[in-house]
Amino acid sequence: MNYTPNYNSSNHKIRYTNEYNPATYPLDELLITGTEINYLFICPTKLWYFAKGITMEQESEWVDLGRFLHEQRYANEEKEVQVGRIKIDFIRRGDVIEIHEVKLGRSMEKAHEMQALYYLYYLKRLGIKAKAVLHYPKLNETKEVTLDGRENEIKAAIEDVERIKSLPVPPKPVKSKKCLKCAYYELCWI
Amino acid sequence: MRKRSITLLSDGTLFRRENTLYFENERGRKPLAVEGIYDIYVYGHVSITSQALHFLAQKGIAVHFFNHYGYYDGSFYPRESLNSGDLVIRQAEHYLDRERRLELAKLFVRGSALNMERNLRRWKVADGFSELLEELFEELEDACKITEVMNVEARIRGEYYARWDGHLPDRFKIVKRTRRPPENEMNALISFLNSRLYATIVSELYNTQLVPTVSYLHEPGERRFSLALDLSEIFKPAIVDRLATRLATKRMLSKGHFREELNGVLLTKEGMKKVLSEYEKELAKSVKHPALGRNVTKKRLIRLEAYKLIKHLVGIRGYEPLVAWF
Repeated sequence: MNYTPNYNSSNHKIRYTNEYNPATYPLDELLITGTEINYLFICPTKLWYFAKGITMEQESEWVDLGRFLHEQRYANEEKEVQVGRIKIDFIRRGDVIEIHEVKLGRSMEKAHEMQALYYLYYLKRLGIKAKAVLHYPKLNETKEVTLDGRENEIKAAIEDVERIKSLPVPPKPVKSKKCLKCAYYELCWI
Repeated sequence: MRKRSITLLSDGTLFRRENTLYFENERGRKPLAVEGIYDIYVYGHVSITSQALHFLAQKGIAVHFFNHYGYYDGSFYPRESLNSGDLVIRQAEHYLDRERRLELAKLFVRGSALNMERNLRRWKVADGFSELLEELFEELEDACKITEVMNVEARIRGEYYARWDGHLPDRFKIVKRTRRPPENEMNALISFLNSRLYATIVSELYNTQLVPTVSYLHEPGERRFSLALDLSEIFKPAIVDRLATRLATKRMLSKGHFREELNGVLLTKEGMKKVLSEYEKELAKSVKHPALGRNVTKKRLIRLEAYKLIKHLVGIRGYEPLVAWF
């Protein structure tokens, strides 16, 4: 299953300008990834580095663990479904399409929720009605997420991501508990 | 689950069967857990199958080859998996802009010199070195060509070697007062370790988004991964020189660890084994990092240096070379 949205090529170059202008940002085409939305709610500094290709995920045992859990626990699902710019952990098809995201723990719940919301918003733009389910296999819990009444929240998040990505240098990191497990810890604080 | 470096000193074959990597020789067949390998250093006569190389490439594992004399030959450097177009542009920009290139080149020389100074103090042979550095650093600041920077660097190094010898036992002087060919035990040891350090740095750079061929003090393309040469200026005194000195003064190496050949003195297989095992131990030692507030291995310090360089290039924070505080 592989949808590719039809980009309007004349709009396309706007993405590459350095200055972010909300008036010209083409909200009719969504070019950011779920991970970027997720990182916005974890740490803007991390988002900036990630968006510039300065990635550290290859260093993270947490990322490995997540991948492992996903592969083991959901072995029979239709996995890693790419739709344009977004990549969904797995989907189930029923009356409406269900998109499923697998997460390790609840500590970043807001980020997980916004990522799922972004997927729903993205699919809605393509005319696909869907609902989202977050899986916490370690906690044996699931959580449903719907887009109803939350479109503005996700639109604001998209604009925030674009604004941060357009900064010439990353936002100053803020030290917190989550830094301790972050793969970017050394890069930020060295 | 920290990944580790593998050193192959014995002869044999490296091959892949299904999804396992094996090293086989007359002593048997040994499976190598590929997920746990960071990089591989090959000193022995090793045959590698293309299937093994495909597998290593897929896992992003670099393989470094050393010749009969223990000198670096080259690396199997798998296709880059970490790319940042943005960073590449900034790396090139800092090379092309004369001022910016000079700034970085001087920082490498400064860092290197300060690490030399630390060593000499530690060995209690620093007489006059600090005062000399002050003068030479002034000259360094005024330099407006890379060749001038190189020149200052060479003079600092000369002064350093002259004093370093004062701390070494007679058998391990760098500049031997005999009319033999210039090659001697200490030179052999330092060159051997420098080769190994260079390969270690290449591996670290492979695991960052930095392009290893764009360098500042050394001319890009002078050798293939010239950025590793830039960084090795910092780490040669901080790691290699200290280790070589320890091996010499603590009598950990004997005559039997060296052999004489037509083109000078070389380490024997046993000597290499000893030195490499000490090198691995040294890099695995951890020190408390003042900025990070956690323990990091000495090997990790190389990676951190790469991160500092990235931050300099991106414009987040000016590069300050590591000066060994440990």
